[in-house]
This record gives sequence, structure tokens and C-alpha cells, in this order.
Amino acid sequence: MKSRNHQVFVRKFKEEFESVILGGGVIVALLVLWEIASDLRWINPMFSSSPSRIVNSGWKMITDGSIFIHIQSSGLIFIYGYLLAAVVGIPLGIMLGWFKKASQALGPIIAAFYTTPRIAMMPLFIIWFGLGIGSKLALVFLSAVFPLIVNMQAAVSNLDKDLTRVAEAYGANRRQIFWTIALPESVPFLLTGLRLATGRALLGVVGAEVFGGAEGLGYLIQYAGATFQTDIVFVCVIIIAAFGMVMDRSLLALNRRFDAWRGNGC
Amino acid sequence: MAEAEMGHTNAKVPSKLVVNELVISYENLATGEMTEAVDKVSLDIKAGEFVSIVGLSGCGKTSFLNAIAGLIKPQSGSIKVDGKPVVGPGHDRAVVFQKVSLLPWRSVLNNVIYGLELRGVKKNEARQLALKYIEMVHLKGFEHYYPHQLSGGMQQRVNLARALVCEPEILLLDEPFAALDAITREEMQNELLLLWEQTRKTVLMVTHQIDEAVLLSDRIIIFSARPARIVEEVKVNLPRPRTPRLKNDAEFDFLAKKIWGQIHTTAGKKVSLEYEI
Repeated sequence: MKSRNHQVFVRKFKEEFESVILGGGVIVALLVLWEIASDLRWINPMFSSSPSRIVNSGWKMITDGSIFIHIQSSGLIFIYGYLLAAVVGIPLGIMLGWFKKASQALGPIIAAFYTTPRIAMMPLFIIWFGLGIGSKLALVFLSAVFPLIVNMQAAVSNLDKDLTRVAEAYGANRRQIFWTIALPESVPFLLTGLRLATGRALLGVVGAEVFGGAEGLGYLIQYAGATFQTDIVFVCVIIIAAFGMVMDRSLLALNRRFDAWRGNGC
Repeated sequence: MAEAEMGHTNAKVPSKLVVNELVISYENLATGEMTEAVDKVSLDIKAGEFVSIVGLSGCGKTSFLNAIAGLIKPQSGSIKVDGKPVVGPGHDRAVVFQKVSLLPWRSVLNNVIYGLELRGVKKNEARQLALKYIEMVHLKGFEHYYPHQLSGGMQQRVNLARALVCEPEILLLDEPFAALDAITREEMQNELLLLWEQTRKTVLMVTHQIDEAVLLSDRIIIFSARPARIVEEVKVNLPRPRTPRLKNDAEFDFLAKKIWGQIHTTAGKKVSLEYEI
């Protein structure tokens, strides 16, 4: 028994390991190629930078602390915007999914917003909310809120018919069906919505900061790009990508816990 | 005809479920046409009786059961439980569906409690009752397992316990073991037999397994092809308590063959149609 478990573990480990080696290997190979190409002047490092330059410049910004003001600024906008989107989007989506009248009334507006690139409205937000945090928050909020609304609405309005029938057969009223079937059943959709919202919110943060203001990773990207400091652009991109990946992986890991009871037909 | 006959033979035992000239039809949402599923079916089930309805798939037997469960509204006719008309789902009836449909986010214990919880039974009391029935369906030790960790047979046991724990007046079984493999199905039939001997609930079961119907029932009602009418009622006078060994009995065999013949002669038209296509 023990040795069997051990075998399974070893096999799993090998599989994991192989995928890490393959995926990581390609990245490392590309980085090495990039470094060589830049050292041998096949490409101009002023335009394309190089891994060593990026590391150097990243390290410098960390040691002199200049990067943190930007991370903090972007981070705060992200957190506030994301939380606000969750607080508004989740209940709104549930309401739209549950009450047919609500979705009939608000559906067209939401569909219109959903398909419009939010960044197109940034000049308006700046006029309405100023160049400070207000306009940025508005953009991040509007970017992140729709995936949440749409996912929660889909979850609550497409309940498993067999489960609602069981609930009805046991005498559940509509309120009870909501609490005992609709809400638990929509948890995986909530996590999917949160994952999508993460990407959209990050897009919103960078977009808003590129548009205006004097701090934040988006601002830094825009400024560094305009002054040909491509290594700084890369440092910012890497920070944002890393943050996005960590968020996404965490939510995915949480989501996996629900896979067991999703779609196995019981 | 059949109804009158029953009335005479079992006059002393009170009726638990009385169905009178029930008509069920469905509206085709595209064309607006009405399709009849059940056509003037009358039925009288005594307290403590185990009655099965057999018929071909799609003959309307599940619609009939759903109407008794209060899940669909009949076109006309009446359904009465203990003399009270059925207007919707109620605590006096519990349904075991063919599709197990346990709530996947709830443990076995919390699934079994579900019906009681909806009714507002106190947590502690519900728990005690649930544990009793979990033991009765031989799932002791699995209280904290989740449905996806159980086999199909075990899931169906949970489904049974979830219905039994409500201590309904009438247990409605809708092809409860149809989705199980042959061996598990036999095991569950035996299980149900034992449970019924213990509780002597009034049971109405829909099935297309003839041997299952003969083994378990006091009376078998044969439905015609759609729209369903009662073709015949067959009394099963095999002695109780029964065991699956009864399936080797000559009388069992005779009854099973007779019912098989009845279903297929009444369905002759439909079967030949299917073959033509």
C-alpha cells in the first residue's frame, strides 16, 4: 500500500516536473537568446533592452525605493476598484439572474456597457472625477464589474433543473431555493468571474495611469517608454504580469476545490 | 372497472391515495397544441400498500407520478391524500427520483437533512432522525462523505434516506434504480424490500423493470402506451416477507410473463411504428 502510494507520488511528481522543465526551458532559452542577441548587437538594446539590463534596473529601483511609490499607487487603485466591483457586481448579477424583470429592465444597458471598451470613456471620467484617484477608480471599477455581473447572472439564471425539482418536491419555497440551491451552485461561477475581473481590473489600472497622473506603474511605463528607457518599461510589465499570475493562480487553486462536484452528474 | 374491483376487495383498509379520472396534457410551446400524457386514470391505494406502475418508456407514468408529487398540474381530475386534495408538493409525500440529484456541496448527513431543514425542523432533532435513517440504508460511517465520493448505489441509498427521513405518508419512487448496474440494482431492490417490511409505508413506484415490480409490489398497474390508460391491474399475492430468491419461483415467473405480455400487446401499435421508421 505504502509503496503504491509512493509510486503514484513519484509518477505525479515526474509529470509535474516535466511540464515545469518544458515550460520553463522555453522561457530560459528565449531569455538567453535575447541576452546574446543584445550583447552581440544583433538588436539595439536601446529599443529592446536585455534581460541583464532589466534585472539591473529593477534591482536599482528596488534598492533606492523609487519603484514602491508606483507599486503602492497602482496597488491601491487596483484593490479599491476591484473590491468596489465585487461589492456592487456580485449582488447586482445575482439580482439580475434571479428576477426576470430586473434583467429585462437592465439587460440592454449592461450589454451596451459590456461591449464598449471602457478606456474610451476615460476622458469623460477625468472631466467628471478629476485627474486624481477618482477617474482611475471609475475606470478600474467599470472594467472589473461586468465580468462579475455577467457570470453571477448566468449562474443564478441557469440552475440545475434536477436540483431545483428536488427542492420543490421537498416543499422549498422560492426564498429557500435561492439560499439552498442558487447561491451554493453559483460559487464556481463567482470564482470564474473574479478571475476574469482580475485581468480586466489590471487592464483598467494601467490604462487609467497611462492616460494621466504622475505616479503608478502605468504612468511609469508611459514615461519610461517616451524617454527610451525600455528596461524600466519591462520591469513594470514584469511586476504587473507577476501580480496577475499570482492572483489568477490563487483563484484557480480555490476553484479546483469545487471541480469535484462540478459536472459529475450527481 | 379496476377501481371498483379494488374497492370491494379491500374495503376495510382506509384509502391513502385516491386519484380520480386524472388527465395530464402538455402544451407544445412552439405550436400551442396539447399532447395528452395521461388519459382519465383512476387509482385507489390503501394505507401500507406497495403499488407499482409499469409501462413502456414515455407512456406517461412519470408524468402521473409527478402530478401526485404536486410538481405538475393536471388538466382535470382530482388527487387526494387522506381525503385532502393535492395542490402542490407537500410533506405528506416524498419523491425519490431516478436521477439521484444530491446537492453536491452537501455531505451525506446534510443531504439527508435537507427535507427536514426546509420544513424548519430543529437542527438537533433533524440530525438524530437523519442518523437513524442513514444507518437504516447502511451508510453508517459515510455521514461526512460528499456525493462525488460515493458509488452510484450509495448515492441512491442517500436519495432513499433523504425521502424516508421526512417520514412521508406516501413514498413516491420514480424508476429509482434504473440508472444503476444490474448487480447494484438487485442489491437495492433487496434493500428497499427490507426497508418496506420495516416501515410499511404506502409506496407508489414507477418502473419499467417487471421483475422489480413483481418482487416488491402488492399490486401492479399496467399503463398503455401514451396517452396512458390503465390496461390492467395485477394482484401479487406472493407471501411476505419476500426475498430476491422469489425470482426463481414459478408463480413469480408466471406473473412476470403475464405482465410482459400485457405491456407488449397493448403497445403493439407503438412498437411496430418504431420498427417501420
